[in-house]
Amino acid sequence: MSEAAGWVFIIIGITFDLVGCIGLVRLPDIYNRLQAATKCVTLGTCMILLSVFFFVGLNSVGVKALLCIWFVLITSPTSAHAIARAAHRSGIRLWVGSVMDKYADDKEGTEDTA
Amino acid sequence: MKRFLYFLILLVIWLLLTWSLHWQDLVVGVVIALIAQLLLGDIFPVGVVRVFNPVRFFWLFTYTWVFFFYVIKANFDVAYRVLNLYMPIKPGIVKVRTKLQTDMARTFLANSITLTPGTLSVDMVGDHLYIHWINIVSEDPEKETEIIVRRFEKLLERIFE
Repeated sequence: MSEAAGWVFIIIGITFDLVGCIGLVRLPDIYNRLQAATKCVTLGTCMILLSVFFFVGLNSVGVKALLCIWFVLITSPTSAHAIARAAHRSGIRLWVGSVMDKYADDKEGTEDTA
Repeated sequence: MKRFLYFLILLVIWLLLTWSLHWQDLVVGVVIALIAQLLLGDIFPVGVVRVFNPVRFFWLFTYTWVFFFYVIKANFDVAYRVLNLYMPIKPGIVKVRTKLQTDMARTFLANSITLTPGTLSVDMVGDHLYIHWINIVSEDPEKETEIIVRRFEKLLERIFE
């Protein structure tokens, strides 16, 4: 039973990871790519770790997998935020098709205080 | 008190990671938790103590399910945009306002926004969050705030504020 659940989760996880990787290649600029990378790869990796838990059960390996889910959920959005902020501050423009950029508008006058 | 709580949390994480109650593992865990607590105890968020309260736990539990629902929705959203031949995206950075005051609540809000459909938090200046949105549906700041922030803000207010 738990092995079947493990297979289901590993297939869902790999599918989402694959979609995230396709997004990383197809989307136009760094911010859009980060969107695909954080959302899909976070859930995909969590699903694969969850399937590890279902395969091995509640022992030292399974508990480590559950703890890793927690770490990934906390660190993945934080690092995406850090990369996006660093990219914007080092002057990487948004994709030409972008509608607006309030961040750049606001930053023009307050370069030194930000 | 605060440092002792931090020490206990670290020790529990250590025990879960080693998954053994042998006395040697216990001694190493206590020593490492003590060192980490002495070095990094200052950055431990004070507000977290308030979460140990049944009502707040109930809202944390509700928040967890709402959060997972949005994470799964976000994944299908990305899959739809990426696998579509014409890539229906209309990206941009918008500015929204948050009412939350504590650091912990703001951290949770920013991380939740990153993992929910189409949004990625870029920076936080004062009360304002800059959000990269993959598909802007309105140019009105009030409506943007309504769509992006409100769905988590109410729950997080009950948990951390």
